[in-house]
Amino acid sequence: MPVVRVTTGQAPALLMTPPASDGPAITFDHVSFRVNGRALVQDLVLSVNQGETLVLLGRSGSGKTTSLKLINRLLVPSAGEVRVNGRPTTEWHPIRLRRSIGYVIQHGGLFPHFTVARNIALVPQIENWPKEKVEARVQEMLTLVGLSPELLDRYPQQLSGGQRQRVGVARALAADPPILLLDEPFGALDPITRSEMHLEFHALQQRLKKTVIFVTHDLREALLLADRVALMEGGRLIVSLPVTEFPHSQEPLVRAYMEAFSTEPR
Amino acid sequence: MVTHRQQVLDLTLEHITLVGLSIIFAVLIGIPLGILITRVPQLSKAVIGGANVIQTIPSLALFGFLLPAPWIGERGGRLAVLALTLYALLPLIRNTYAGIRSVDPAVVEAGRAMGLTDRQLLFQVELPLASGVIVAGVRIATVLSVGVATIAAAIGAGGLGEFIFRGIGMVDNQVILAGAVPAALLALSADVGLGTLERRLGTLRLRS
Repeated sequence: MPVVRVTTGQAPALLMTPPASDGPAITFDHVSFRVNGRALVQDLVLSVNQGETLVLLGRSGSGKTTSLKLINRLLVPSAGEVRVNGRPTTEWHPIRLRRSIGYVIQHGGLFPHFTVARNIALVPQIENWPKEKVEARVQEMLTLVGLSPELLDRYPQQLSGGQRQRVGVARALAADPPILLLDEPFGALDPITRSEMHLEFHALQQRLKKTVIFVTHDLREALLLADRVALMEGGRLIVSLPVTEFPHSQEPLVRAYMEAFSTEPR
Repeated sequence: MVTHRQQVLDLTLEHITLVGLSIIFAVLIGIPLGILITRVPQLSKAVIGGANVIQTIPSLALFGFLLPAPWIGERGGRLAVLALTLYALLPLIRNTYAGIRSVDPAVVEAGRAMGLTDRQLLFQVELPLASGVIVAGVRIATVLSVGVATIAAAIGAGGLGEFIFRGIGMVDNQVILAGAVPAALLALSADVGLGTLERRLGTLRLRS
């Protein structure tokens, strides 16, 4: 059984502190989510290990974003339970839970009226870190995601798409959460910037060893970044396989994805 | 001439007081009500509908209705402030509601996902981003009140309407203008002043 562990999300000292826990970081235990009788997620059984990068792959409407939101309790399961560090999300204090989980979305979801510095400092600030520590942390994050310090006083609208996503990642990592959720974070970027971001994110993940759930509809992205790929369709999990085995699966839907991928114009 | 100037000044100040007090009350009531109906959407129809109904009552009739009310009816000034406050509510409630609703849902969701509390979300994200639209509501309410307040003179509340009613009685355009021109200037300066603030807050939201 997974060990019940209370993550406080408080002032972590180092970046490279992998969370010390034995059980899976996240467990979906026969989870369904319905709205007005329509099932967006059906009987999902899936677990994500500590430090693992799981890519949720699927078309739009396959339930992958919904599954993501069930983790940080933006949504609550209609049936079954989602456990984070062994503890059902419904038993977590939602604010505590969310502050220990980083979240990045497609357009960054940055606050347009906050400067880059304030955006990155968001969680440390609401957690009442001392001022110097917040500033140091912002600098550290900026270096980590490869942004120049002169951007600190800019507003999100003054940044390029790639810069905005970097700020989004920096903001998500600022309080050093053990878990990171990303919902098509690089989906709106041009192909060149996107592959740069892939390389950087991959390198970052090698260093940080966070537990990452990454949602995408792009197989190429999935194969590049994942330790494990979970394919969803119509609210159901089709397969969940290590990234090395995924391309060889005989599952028809996987074959369809692989074929579409290999005939894709380059 | 000197006494006239003094009188114009006095009545203008009285006018500003009437409008100023009622806008302050309307802001104190209207903005919280506007916030409330973004939180409890079931109430939005009733609240906005109610404010709408008040606004459709002709101003002169509203002053007349309130006249027999105890305490309020005793002094024209109190009554005028109450009536003007009621009139100013609709633009404030509506704009607060619309302003908050117009904030990009992705930004609000990101804020919630980062672990902001409802209060933090409201004060750090929603209200700042809605501030331009809310100030637009204050501007509309103020300009409206400057006009409606001239009618308050009919129930003895004073203000620049005194000149207008007196001028109508005397069939003297000059006296009418002594009330109408300062009132128009007040409305214009409120419009320009609050309009500037509104634009400044608007660029805060979309700075480029």
